[in-house]
Amino acid sequence: MIRMENLTKIFDTPDGDITAVNHVNMEVPAGEICILLGPSGCGKTTTLKMINGLIPKSSGKIFIDGKDTDTVDPVELRRNIGYVIQQIGLFPNMTIEDNICVVPDLLGWEKAKSRKRAAELLELVNLVPSAFLKRYPKELSGGQQQRVGVIRALAADPPVLLMDEPFGAIDPINRAVIQDEFLKMQKEIKKTIMFVSHDIDEAIKMADKIAIFKDGVLEQYSAPDDLLASPANDFIASFLGQDRTLKRLSLLCVDDVKFGEEYKVHGEADLANAIAQMKELGHQNIVVTGLRGRARAFLHLNDIMGKKGVIEEYRQALPAVANVKEDLKTAVSTMFRHDVSWLACVDDDGFYKGYITQKAISRALSAIYRDETLNTKR
Amino acid sequence: MVDNLGLIGQRTLEHVSIVGVAVGIAILTGVPIGIAITQSKRAADIVLGIASVIVTIPSVALFGLMIPILSTIGQGVGYLPAVIAVLLYSQLPIIRNTYVAITNVDPAMREAAKGLGMTTMQRLMWVEIPLAVPVVMVGVRVAVVMNIGITAIAAYIGAGGLGTFISRGISQTDPRQLITGAIAVSVLAIVSDYFLLFVQKKLTPPQSTVID
Ligand SMILES: Nc1ncnc2c1ncn2[C@@H]1O[C@H](COP(=O)(O)OP(=O)(O)OP(=O)(O)O)[C@@H](O)[C@H]1O
Ligand SMILES: [Mg+2]
Repeated sequence: MIRMENLTKIFDTPDGDITAVNHVNMEVPAGEICILLGPSGCGKTTTLKMINGLIPKSSGKIFIDGKDTDTVDPVELRRNIGYVIQQIGLFPNMTIEDNICVVPDLLGWEKAKSRKRAAELLELVNLVPSAFLKRYPKELSGGQQQRVGVIRALAADPPVLLMDEPFGAIDPINRAVIQDEFLKMQKEIKKTIMFVSHDIDEAIKMADKIAIFKDGVLEQYSAPDDLLASPANDFIASFLGQDRTLKRLSLLCVDDVKFGEEYKVHGEADLANAIAQMKELGHQNIVVTGLRGRARAFLHLNDIMGKKGVIEEYRQALPAVANVKEDLKTAVSTMFRHDVSWLACVDDDGFYKGYITQKAISRALSAIYRDETLNTKR
Repeated sequence: MVDNLGLIGQRTLEHVSIVGVAVGIAILTGVPIGIAITQSKRAADIVLGIASVIVTIPSVALFGLMIPILSTIGQGVGYLPAVIAVLLYSQLPIIRNTYVAITNVDPAMREAAKGLGMTTMQRLMWVEIPLAVPVVMVGVRVAVVMNIGITAIAAYIGAGGLGTFISRGISQTDPRQLITGAIAVSVLAIVSDYFLLFVQKKLTPPQSTVID
């Protein structure tokens, strides 16, 4: 846990005082990711560096796991906080392996143990150990260096991690991969992480809570969904962008908004049954399942209204389906691509799990109708 | 000249021993001084000022100055004053390059080192000195080449070395000795420089282009 109380930094410069961080109060619970966002120069880096004492604070208090950091020796403190600097900062005189092992070496770990760990960590960020361990930083691309910077901070397994734009220099495709890897890793290692980002989408994707700064003041500190649904003021609303409602799509998944799992017909059922179910549900379509419940096709109300015969004659192929684990962004994009207003939802094995409609999605997005259970998801 | 190869070899050894010992000691003193003065701009200005003044003293004058001083311990002429002169002249390039190298270490490196929990001493030993080595080596090369020339003059105070050929060549108006000495000094300077360049490259981490 990281807690800040009235944290303030005033830089004393020849042109007068600059209040870089202004009475910030916030708490990052243990095992959560907090992302600091805000325009350039708003005090994100300064806040981060006060936590590990790289910048002395002007006033206020910082507690890590309940312990006042003023009472801890700064060198000791820093060895227990992983730190990724904005400029990457790999040591050019050391190989990648030695760079990763800096903190374990400082802590006096056995070489064999730390070197093994270096190889494991490289694998974790998709760099082949045999190819990279003995190289020097100059021999890596910017994105590769940045990944090494992140795992160097993790090498000695510190409970707290501070990162200043750790994924900034990585291309979008690799960034998404690394972000996913990082989140997967975080599920297991449960570090308390505070990191600075310039990328709102990255923050929405990765943060448990987002802190938005402006001119050194903490303007809002909320979970991503709350932030997007109810920005505290105009600055935050415009900072998040006009498309903030769309951004929420990536926070919700199909499972959150699908419904009607019990409404379905199998191929042998009669048409009357299908019509009865559609009327009951108020939907003009119904999914036809296979014997064991896999989504196979659908029937449209108009096609079977007043008709006789078997379902087989009237069924139409499903244009597409949505996996229950997909986020709504993917599902909506599938809907637009196929020009449909609803999709059948299936699990990984193709079993029918309900369906999702455009209307249900807009209802989920609208703050007014927001169902509290959607909030707690993540 | 061929008959004299043995003599040339001996004089070269004398020459190398003066420069080698003096620059060796200069590294041992100049590098710590160069590091120490990074802590204070004022100290740096004073130390670098003194070192610069020393370099401006003509070598002949410096030898002359040392004769009365060192005579008190019976070493007015010969090997010792030559070593001391070279030691003094070497301070400027070595101290200055050390100072510049350390102060020019990328602040990001320093911050990363600090942020990962290195003490000031560890930062010096693990990061700042290794990064400074190539630049310090440039200073060492300057000192060596410059002092190979100055050591040639030390023959006048009986320090031996390749300068002996030159001083004899002049006093005996023997151009062959003069030329032998001059060429030998130049060759020694060039060879030393290449050798130290090689060492410098060995001590520098690869700076190759990005491989992706
Ligand atoms: N050492 C310093 N001396 C004086 N002012 C400083 C110093 N470091 C930062 N500042 C000022 O403090 C403010 C906050 O800087 P900070 O580096 O925390 O911004 P940031 O939010 O990290 O910005 P960016 O997104 O560009 O990295 C800025 O106005 C900056 O000019
Ligand atoms: Mg910053």
